[in-house]
Amino acid sequence: MRNHSIIGWLLATPLTLVLLVFLVAPILMIVTVSFWGATEWSIYPAFQFDNYEFLLGSNVTYRVFFNTFKYALITWAFTLLIGFTVAYYLAFHIRSQTWQIALFLLCTIPFLTSNIIRMISWIPFLGRNGIANSTLMSMGVIDEPLEWLLFSDFSVILAFVHLYTLFMVVPIFNTMMRIDKSLIEAAADNGATGWQTQWHVIVPLTKPGIMIGTIFVVALVMGDFITVRFMSGSQSANVGRMIQNDIALLQYPSASATAVILLITVLLLIGTLLRFVDIRKEL
Amino acid sequence: MEPRPKSFYVLTAFFVVFLLFLYGPTLTIGILSFQGPGGGLTFPMRGVSLHWFRDLFQEQAVGDIWGSFARSFVLGLMVMVTTVVVSVMGGLAFRQRFAGSTVLFYLIITSLVIPSILISLGVGLIWSQSGMPVHWATSGFGAQLTWTLPFGLLIMFAVFNRFDKSYEEAARDLGASPIQVIRHVVLPIIAPSLIGVALFGFTLSYDEFARTLLTSGSYNTLPLEIFGMTTNVTTPVLFALGTLTTGFSLLIILVFLLIVWGLNRRRAKQGSDAGRGML
Repeated sequence: MRNHSIIGWLLATPLTLVLLVFLVAPILMIVTVSFWGATEWSIYPAFQFDNYEFLLGSNVTYRVFFNTFKYALITWAFTLLIGFTVAYYLAFHIRSQTWQIALFLLCTIPFLTSNIIRMISWIPFLGRNGIANSTLMSMGVIDEPLEWLLFSDFSVILAFVHLYTLFMVVPIFNTMMRIDKSLIEAAADNGATGWQTQWHVIVPLTKPGIMIGTIFVVALVMGDFITVRFMSGSQSANVGRMIQNDIALLQYPSASATAVILLITVLLLIGTLLRFVDIRKEL
Repeated sequence: MEPRPKSFYVLTAFFVVFLLFLYGPTLTIGILSFQGPGGGLTFPMRGVSLHWFRDLFQEQAVGDIWGSFARSFVLGLMVMVTTVVVSVMGGLAFRQRFAGSTVLFYLIITSLVIPSILISLGVGLIWSQSGMPVHWATSGFGAQLTWTLPFGLLIMFAVFNRFDKSYEEAARDLGASPIQVIRHVVLPIIAPSLIGVALFGFTLSYDEFARTLLTSGSYNTLPLEIFGMTTNVTTPVLFALGTLTTGFSLLIILVFLLIVWGLNRRRAKQGSDAGRGML
C-alpha cells in the first residue's frame, strides 16, 4: 500500500504542480487581492472589506447575478431538451455502429472549432438585413425587420445553445449506450407505451449523463463573459462581464471581489449537482 | 429487421434540423467569404471573388494575423504534448487510491468548472505582482493547461475504467517489469485514445480565448487577434479569416481521425482484438 502511494504521487506530480501554480495559486491571489485597495491607476495591499461592501450593497450586483442565473436556466432547459432528443435518436434509432459513430462525430466536430468564429457566423443570419429578416419579410410574416434578433437576450441564448448543446449530447449519449436494451423490451412486453418506457425506464437510467451535461452547461454559462459581450452588443450584462469591465478599468481588487463571489456561487451549484452523480464511475 | 416506427422519421427530421443549426451559420460565412469586392456582411452576394482572402495576406490591412497564427500553432503543439504526457501519468496514478487522490480529483473538477476569467485574472495578477511580464509561452501556456488537462484526464479515466487488467497480469506472469508492462502493453492498447487526448489538447488550445486573454502579453494568439478584429473590421475579410481557421481546424481533425483509423486497421490486420470498444 505504501509503495502504491509513492508511485501514485510520482505519477501525479506534474498534474499537481500545474494545478497548484495555475489554479490554486491564482484563486488564492484573487482572494487576497479582493481585500486590497485601488486608486485610479494602481492597486495597493490592504485588508479592507470595501470591495465586498460596495459589491453587496449595490442593486446592480443583484440584477446582474439574476441575469446570469436567467441565462443559465434558459440555456440549460434548451440544451437538455435538444441534447436528450439527439442522444436518444443516436443511441436507440440508429442501428449500425458505423453510422452511430459517424453521426456522433458529426455532432462533436463543431466543439473543436473556434467559439468566436461560431459566434461571428450568426451575424449574416440575425443582422437587420440578415437572412432571417429578409426571409420573413419576403414570406410576408413581418413588414419591418425585427430589431431583437441580433444584440439581444435572444441572440445571447441562441449562441449559448448553439455552442453548448454538445456538452449535453455527449454525456447523455454515453450513458444511453450503456442501457441494457433488454430492459426496454421488458417494458414493452409488460405493456408500457412508448412514452411510459421513455419516462419510467430511459430517463431515470440516463440521469447520470444528464447531470454531467448539466454541470458542463451551468459552469460554462455562469462563467461566460465573451458570448454575452459579443452577442448582446454590450447591451446586456452577466457577472463575467462585470469582472471584465473592472479589469478594463484596472480595478483589480473590485474585479477580484466579484470573482470570489462568482466562484463561490458556481462551486456551490456544482457541488450540489455532484451529489447526484459519481463522475468517475459514469465515465 | 423490424420496420421503423413513426417516431424514427420525426426524430430524423429533428436531427437534420439540429445539424443545420450546428453547421448552417459556419457554412454561410464560408459562402460569404467569397463575396465580391463590393459585397457586405450578408447576402446578397455581389459577385464571387477571392478578394477578401487576398486581403488577409496584406498584413497592414488586418493586423498581425499570420504572426498570431504561428504563435497559436506552436502553443497548440506545446499544450498538446504536455496534455498527453500529464494526462497519461495522471490517469495511471488514479488507477489506485493514493493519499490525497480525492482532493486532487476535486481540483481537476474545479479546474474544469471554474469561470475562465478567474484563471485569466488570477494568473495575470500573480505575474504582474511578481514583476514578470506575461507571455503566451509561459503564463498563457499554463493557463490553457487548466482547461485542456481536465478533458484529457476525463478521457483517461474513461479509458482506464474500460481497461482489461488481465493483459497486464499476463505480461507480469511472463516476467515483464512494471516499466515494460506500461511500455509494451498498456501504452499500445490505449494509443488510439491518446490520439483523442492529443486532438483535444491541440484544438482546445488553438481556440482558447478567455483563459489566454490576460495571460498572453503583448503578442496575441489567433483567437485574441480575431476578437480584436470583430470590434473594428466590418468587411467580409472577417469571414475569410473565419473560413480559413475553421478549415484548418477541420483539417487537423481529419488528420487525427485518419491516424486513429490507420492504427485500428493495422491492428485488425495483425489479428489482435486489443483496444476494441475503447472509442
